[in-house]
Amino acid sequence: MTASRNEDFNYRLWRYDGAPGELIPLLQSAQDHFGYIPRRAISYISEVTGVPESEVYGVITFYSQFRLQPMGKYVIKACDGTACHVQNSRTIIDTLEDELGVEVNGTTGDGLFTLQTVACLGCCSLAPVLMINDDTHGKLTPQSVRKLVREYRRREESARREDASCARA
Amino acid sequence: MKQVIVGMSTCGLSAGSQKTYDRLAELLAANPGAFELKSSGCIGMCYREPLVEVRENGSRVIYGAVTPELADAIISEHIKGGRALEEHVALRICEGAEIAGAEAPAQRGQVRIVLRNCGLIDPESIEEYEAAGGYRALRKALFEMTPDGIVKEIKDSGLRGRGGAGFPTGLKWSFAASQPAGVKYVVCNADEGDPGAFMDRSVLEGDPHSVIEGMIVCGRAIGASFGYIYCRAEYPMAIKRLTIALDAAREKGYLGTNILGSGFDFDVKIKQGAGAFVCGEETALFQSIEGKRGMPRIRPPFPAEKGLWAKPTNNNNVETYANVPWILVNGAAAYAKYGTEKSRGTKVFALAGKVRNGGLAEVPMGIPIDDLVFKIGGGIKEDRAFKAVQMGGPSGGCIPASLGTTSVDFESIPATGAIMGSGGMVVMDDQTCMVEMARFFLDFTQNESCGKCTFCRIGTLRMLEILTRITQGEGRPEDVPNLLELGAQIKESSLCGLGQTAPNPVLTTIRYFADEYEAHIRDKRCPAGSCLALVDFIIDPEKCTGCTVCAKHCPVNAISGERKKVHVIDTSICAKCGKCITSCAFGAIYKK
Ligand SMILES: Cc1cc2nc3c(=O)[nH]c(=O)nc-3n(C[C@H](O)[C@H](O)[C@H](O)COP(=O)(O)O)c2cc1C
Ligand code: FES
Repeated sequence: MTASRNEDFNYRLWRYDGAPGELIPLLQSAQDHFGYIPRRAISYISEVTGVPESEVYGVITFYSQFRLQPMGKYVIKACDGTACHVQNSRTIIDTLEDELGVEVNGTTGDGLFTLQTVACLGCCSLAPVLMINDDTHGKLTPQSVRKLVREYRRREESARREDASCARA
Repeated sequence: MKQVIVGMSTCGLSAGSQKTYDRLAELLAANPGAFELKSSGCIGMCYREPLVEVRENGSRVIYGAVTPELADAIISEHIKGGRALEEHVALRICEGAEIAGAEAPAQRGQVRIVLRNCGLIDPESIEEYEAAGGYRALRKALFEMTPDGIVKEIKDSGLRGRGGAGFPTGLKWSFAASQPAGVKYVVCNADEGDPGAFMDRSVLEGDPHSVIEGMIVCGRAIGASFGYIYCRAEYPMAIKRLTIALDAAREKGYLGTNILGSGFDFDVKIKQGAGAFVCGEETALFQSIEGKRGMPRIRPPFPAEKGLWAKPTNNNNVETYANVPWILVNGAAAYAKYGTEKSRGTKVFALAGKVRNGGLAEVPMGIPIDDLVFKIGGGIKEDRAFKAVQMGGPSGGCIPASLGTTSVDFESIPATGAIMGSGGMVVMDDQTCMVEMARFFLDFTQNESCGKCTFCRIGTLRMLEILTRITQGEGRPEDVPNLLELGAQIKESSLCGLGQTAPNPVLTTIRYFADEYEAHIRDKRCPAGSCLALVDFIIDPEKCTGCTVCAKHCPVNAISGERKKVHVIDTSICAKCGKCITSCAFGAIYKK
């Protein structure tokens, strides 16, 4: 979570004082809170800011950051910017699709991963690059991305097993 | 005491600097007081990350590619034993001596004005910025100069906007300054949407105060008391460091009301982008700050007259602001000494792509492209042939290797059909297909077009369709003339810079690489071996171990071979899906 967004969505809504230009930050905090922007958040925001729902919706669909569907716990942003593209990022994205079993913009059945592409993460000298939530990983190969995804899966699995054994104990 | 400084920008972190830092912290805990552990931003040698510097009495030894194991060795040999590990030294900088080390040749010829503090100071410490001369320019601006004097100084320096168009900064400031007093805004464009560019990110992560100081000075010069930094959401680390820097500046009285007792008020707020390239265009950016869809509008009225919230606004790029404090402290003449007649000062370039030393380089304007690629960039990876350099991103163009002597400045680069842009330089070798590159950029701009102008919205789609067809081996003879005509019309009929420049990547590749278009269209061949439909997939018998994984992944059973024996692909069956390439653990499958 980034510093300027870490305020809770409800708190932000409550604190909203009618200052203009707060729509996008409100949407960003809704997305942080819910993982996506649910229907009811659009209604809340519209009610509080007085911006018509249709206009809120228009803003949501204009910006690629906003999602109207739930996203995975880990959002993988595979870079397909210029520098990554000339370093074969397409192969990396193909590998991710294969490893995760979803296409770009899809979410895995277990709700763990959402795969997206972005144009440049600003780490071009380490191309090809991807970002998992706020962590960047560079100099990828098909092998290393598979390893990376499996590491995340393994970590989740062991966390789940620990939870289960705690519950039993 | 010796200081051990770890580069902790996004580039360093993604190369593993956190592990190195953690190991050093353990070593420090085991040897209390043996050294002081600190972190800094990016020094520009991204290709050698993680970087660790040992600093003592003005002598700096910078190690490259420091793994936790190497960190152990640095502490036991260099810190405790006093012997530097010469084979790992990337750079050695001693006061009064010539810089040395493996990377010294790449560093010579660089002049660090914008990057003066990047990699040197801890970006999260305002004290270190002050110790490096920070906020001296602000004091000068507040107590020794008039607002007109500041504008004049910037004009005299010859500084031109670093966001792409190269508009003279002093002149721009004078427009906003001449508006009647009242509410005015200072905006910093940190959207850095051009893929392949990362100068602004490095400055924001490595030296955020220099940008903030530049903005306050601008506020003083034009009579504004509020500023916004519009930063793209893909840069969480930059946003974090900016937030810390703004808080610290407020604490110290550099921001807020009655700054340093001068009676001048100024504060800055960060606005996060939400993923739209067109929001880098200033009028769209204002719309986005106002919470609307970021659609550009016709200029005039220009921002200096009616910008953000319809108030007089000055918008500059991150790098432009970062230059300002240096100019005020060192004087316009010192700045104008660098560069060419019409393009003064230095420019930061982000080298990436097939170049050996990918990273940042700050050089005086006017050096030839070849110097950037070969002297500073270290040449092409794997010693392949240098084919072209892409400048200006989706608005720019591909400059062929044959024009490598072209000087980088605001006059010479546009003469080639490309643009200076923000400073991203993506180097391409003989394996990069120029038709595919043109398709790639059109795909980008077509996606990012806000949809307001018909020519931009539909014209780019038509161009994209043609280019896609060509790369799939279905090009027609009339395609190139059609692309040229469409390109000319889109350039002429679009409202904002996005549409006006969108055809550039296509037009420049047609201009310089007509033979590649020809090969695709007439011979159905991709000379670079990149377009899937026009190449064959082949298994390198030297690398194949006969593990059978590719054969299992092949959806059309085109791969045959026995376990532990070399496999082969039957090109008559192969559907060119690429599954074998992504599944091979030995990198044995290539395209030709
Ligand atoms: C489509 C488009 C995208 C742009 N993106 C950026 C950007 O990411 N960063 C930037 O500083 N300027 C960008 N610009 C240029 C800005 O409109 C503006 O000219 C610049 O921020 C002015 O700052 P300067 O005078 O310091 O160069 C873009 C322009 C267009 C047309
Ligand atoms: S192009 Fe991928 S990080 Fe810049």
